[in-house]
Amino acid sequence: MEANNSEEKWDLIIEQKHHWLDLDIRSIWKYKDLIVLFVRRDFVAQYKQTLLGPLWHIIQPLFTTFLFTIIFGQIANIKTDGSPRPLFYLSGLIIWGLFSGTVLSTSATFVNNAAIFGKIYFPRLVSPISVVISNIIRFGIQFVLFLIVWVYYLYFDGSSFHPHPGISILFIPVIVLIISIMGMGCGIIISSLTTKYRDLSMFTGFALQLLMYLSPVIYPAVIWGRYEWVMKYNPITYMIDMCRYAFLGTGQISIHGILYSLACSVILLTIGIILFNRVEKSFMDTV
Amino acid sequence: MEDIAIRIEQVSKLYRLGIISSGSLKEDIGMLLAKINKREDEYFEAGEQERKQLVWALKDITFDVKKGEVLGLIGKNGAGKSTLLKILSRVTEPTRGRVKIRGRIVSLLEVGTGFHPELTGKENVFLNGAILGMSKREILSKYDEIVEFSGVSKYIDTPVKRYSSGMYVRLAFAVAAHLEPEILIVDEVLAVGDAEFQAKCLGKIKDVSAHGRTVVFVSHSMAAVRSLCQSAVLIDQGQVTDSGDVGRIVDRYLGLNQVVTASSVHFPPNERPGNVDFKVIAIRIRNQWGDESNAFFVSADFTIEIEYEVLKDDVQICLSVSLNNAQGDGLFASLNTTDREYDVKRKQGVYMSSVKVFGSLLNCGKFHIAINGYREGWSDHFGINNVLSFEMLDDNALRGDYKQNYGGSFRPKLEWNTKAVSNSK
Repeated sequence: MEANNSEEKWDLIIEQKHHWLDLDIRSIWKYKDLIVLFVRRDFVAQYKQTLLGPLWHIIQPLFTTFLFTIIFGQIANIKTDGSPRPLFYLSGLIIWGLFSGTVLSTSATFVNNAAIFGKIYFPRLVSPISVVISNIIRFGIQFVLFLIVWVYYLYFDGSSFHPHPGISILFIPVIVLIISIMGMGCGIIISSLTTKYRDLSMFTGFALQLLMYLSPVIYPAVIWGRYEWVMKYNPITYMIDMCRYAFLGTGQISIHGILYSLACSVILLTIGIILFNRVEKSFMDTV
Repeated sequence: MEDIAIRIEQVSKLYRLGIISSGSLKEDIGMLLAKINKREDEYFEAGEQERKQLVWALKDITFDVKKGEVLGLIGKNGAGKSTLLKILSRVTEPTRGRVKIRGRIVSLLEVGTGFHPELTGKENVFLNGAILGMSKREILSKYDEIVEFSGVSKYIDTPVKRYSSGMYVRLAFAVAAHLEPEILIVDEVLAVGDAEFQAKCLGKIKDVSAHGRTVVFVSHSMAAVRSLCQSAVLIDQGQVTDSGDVGRIVDRYLGLNQVVTASSVHFPPNERPGNVDFKVIAIRIRNQWGDESNAFFVSADFTIEIEYEVLKDDVQICLSVSLNNAQGDGLFASLNTTDREYDVKRKQGVYMSSVKVFGSLLNCGKFHIAINGYREGWSDHFGINNVLSFEMLDDNALRGDYKQNYGGSFRPKLEWNTKAVSNSK
């Protein structure tokens, strides 16, 4: 007992952790089946007993696009860079939807899972990761919708819409990745803070709404004129611009912007994981 | 050292009592401002008070669980059992100390964690299995067994929100029962379901331990602990009070836990019942380990002690102990005529007579003791009725595979024999 203490082999040692950035990818990978099942659960549970089921993923952006086209297009007559209004709104909406959806659903991680977290151990990051994947899948469905509308305008509308989609279409996965990382980063920061400050959960919805107006969802950035720089600080701006550049042929692509967005998303996620790890340890004792 | 499955080293857990930052952005900002202004204001004082409300839920818990051992963790409510379980399950971290584990560990603090009401039984089996740490392949290979064990195969494609609570629990336990961990941590999940199902659960846990796996079992049911575990750890106020053989620890716990009635009575000098020859000073009940207690297993011996003062020289003491059941029916009386020193004439002084009640005599239930004293020749009687009560607990002794209600006041061990009288060739 005295001499060979250090030689003892243990599979697991439970003690207070001190690492700041304790990201145990391997143990998360072990739970990949659970991630898949969580994603499935979210989809199945959300649409059980609804008539239209997953069609709601399509109806929501379509209906909003329709509303925007009437209110901001026909009534307010806000310019959309010369591209067809529905395509402009839809592209902005689905990317914005990916971000806000990810933030909203990951920000409830601790509150929604309190019952499970209190009873059983699995790497806590499994929950936000599965939620992020759910959101990406939803984006995928909406993106298909966007492509259908896009193809319609490209070949059947007969208007002057002639973009030249090139290699830049391949940027879509990059956009999805950056937006998802950013959304998850913000989401888990909020979820970690809400365990202490419940007020934040009220604030989140409001802040997201505000941020939407700081993103070129409804209008291109130029419309802010003198205050366009405000939009330039918003990393989401570049992602939406990139998508529109690829598919609508408007605006330009900025390498600086992409790098800036990427940096923002990585920083946010890092802060998020640090906070998340801190809260994860004490969460069950405080809530 | 290779045969240790769990080693708990000086594990301590600190909790803060009272309100812990409930939506306290305002308070925190207030405290921050107070610090900046170096003002000893109310927020600062509140912080000071909060610091005083620290409580050690666990303090320096140290013990080992051997590989293949089934260990019972017992203690009163609030003793710290659940906190220790939470630490073992990695739901919360110890403030100090560490737990070392050898082997795959699965903990069941609850059955059906993560069950989603909208999902079907089948979907929930997979989800719950994955939450408990099984891979999809493992669950697939056991799926048929799980469904059969649960007995809800007819409804397996129905959302579990339509299940009765019994079906729900059966399915949930079926998943848990088919985990194959090397170390299993079980909380009082057995408190759910009907008697038949509980028996099934206990059987399953027995199976698990029979396969050489390690089990840590927490329950308030001493009968369950006793029938499952070989050893036990008694926790009281966050500390290990005692550990060792399950029988001794359980009896000690039962002795500690006498909230309702006492296991001894002492009469003050001027109220001692008696006659001109002797007066009773105290009456006690002790378990087989010699500790005062008032709860025993039906198979265990216990002893009733009568301490008395003999008032003059040369007297013979006549005593009887009778037992009544909870309904007040007299069951039997026992006279000290069987005492080897029954006819010894006593000198003035203090004496103690004891009567040992053998195990496998009384059935489970509540009993009351009455003491009667007499002068020589069984005259000049005095009685102390219902002086103490005790409870007999079912440890499944003599039951065999009989699981139903065992009626009556007695459960004596009698001899059964069968032989063939005539045989059809």
